[in-house]
Amino acid sequence: MAVKRIGTRTLRFDNRPSVAGYASIVGKKEGEGPLAKEFDKIYDDSYLGEASFEKAESRMQQEAFERAASKSGFATSDIEVIYAGDLLNQCIATSFGLRSSGVPLVGLYGACSTFAESMMLASMTVDGGYASRAAAIASSHFATSERQYRTPMEYGSQRAPTAQWTVTGAGACVISDSGGGIRVTHATPGRIVDLGVIDQNNMGAAMAPSAHDTLTALFTDTKTTPADYDLIITGDLGAVGLELLMELFKKDGVNFAENLGDCGLLIFDRKSQDVHAGGSGCGCSASVMCAHIFDKLRAGSLKRVVFAGTGAMLSPTSTMQGESVPGVCHAVVLESDVER
Amino acid sequence: MDMFLDYLKAFVVGGAICAVGQILIDKTKLTPARILTGYVVVGFILAAVGLYEPIVEFAGAGATTPLSGFGYVVAKGVQKAVGEQGWLGVMTGGLTAAAGGIGAAVLFAFIASLIVKPRDK
Repeated sequence: MAVKRIGTRTLRFDNRPSVAGYASIVGKKEGEGPLAKEFDKIYDDSYLGEASFEKAESRMQQEAFERAASKSGFATSDIEVIYAGDLLNQCIATSFGLRSSGVPLVGLYGACSTFAESMMLASMTVDGGYASRAAAIASSHFATSERQYRTPMEYGSQRAPTAQWTVTGAGACVISDSGGGIRVTHATPGRIVDLGVIDQNNMGAAMAPSAHDTLTALFTDTKTTPADYDLIITGDLGAVGLELLMELFKKDGVNFAENLGDCGLLIFDRKSQDVHAGGSGCGCSASVMCAHIFDKLRAGSLKRVVFAGTGAMLSPTSTMQGESVPGVCHAVVLESDVER
Repeated sequence: MDMFLDYLKAFVVGGAICAVGQILIDKTKLTPARILTGYVVVGFILAAVGLYEPIVEFAGAGATTPLSGFGYVVAKGVQKAVGEQGWLGVMTGGLTAAAGGIGAAVLFAFIASLIVKPRDK
């Protein structure tokens, strides 16, 4: 039965589903960053006019979904299933944000890997013939994440220098069995890798080994090397984690610094925006992919891209109990069929 | 001139106490909450062995305003209550002495929650 499985754990999408449309919504700080012009909508008010930060995040998901559907030429009711997630307890930004959509919803938690996870599942659903159009969505919000993982904004706590900055943003894309432009060709689901990093302020270091594990499996299974891709983009290892990933590959004799990038490093100017190790949160890779990277694939200036979403699968409880930070990385391979 | 000297002493000592906190945030993995409670405990211990009193006499508000000053107030309260009521004072003295600070914190937090809304940093 498993005819679409190659090597140890890579999935091959023979029908090459397309990314028919995509949209990104971000907050003020992201709107002051280097990618400002590429986002669909920037909100200067981190409440988006709502009564709470949580409601604001839900609104971003809803708007990202509606815009992605309309940009792909579909009504929201044409979408047959949604895979979506966020970082909050019980994934409330997702279920509250999408409750009025009327579309079957599969809620996901993959920490910062959620967007790669949802893209992989949406592509599997479409490639397998279970839907013609499936949406993948993820969001995060700086203030809701601070409340969730650290302390509420009201507390006014200081941040550790190695901490990444949670992005306020949402990204949504529609995976379709028709159309072209950007194709999803492969995906490699990740397994939990835990080397015992305890410091929750240094999640990049906790996630790098999982990115190394999944990317190695992807290259082996597809018989490719890093040089076969224009870009291998992680989301989000940050500066510390990305350096560690390069070191891990160097030990294997694989050297690739030139085509390796990270969504968390693209979204902010780390020098002028005081974001320490870079951006994080599942809204980070979702908004960077659904603006910067998909734009380049659709223009044909990037031909073949690996998107490796990395998640630190901790919870406030596990942190307080002194547990280490387990990492996971899901990878999706994207190809542009646009001739430049 | 004397008043200026008082300000200067409070500024230097209070600033030094806070600078230690900043170094702990930057150089160690301690969470801010642990640093805060650590300050209270250290202030308490220093006061108990009689080392904090001279700092307060020298720097005034520079030593009583940081959280270590809170520990100092609690320790002093315990000492006083034990003197007046015996060992029951171990339980009652600390909170009695700190009641003003705790009451003010609750009241001002309540007022602040009514009139302002938290923002992104």
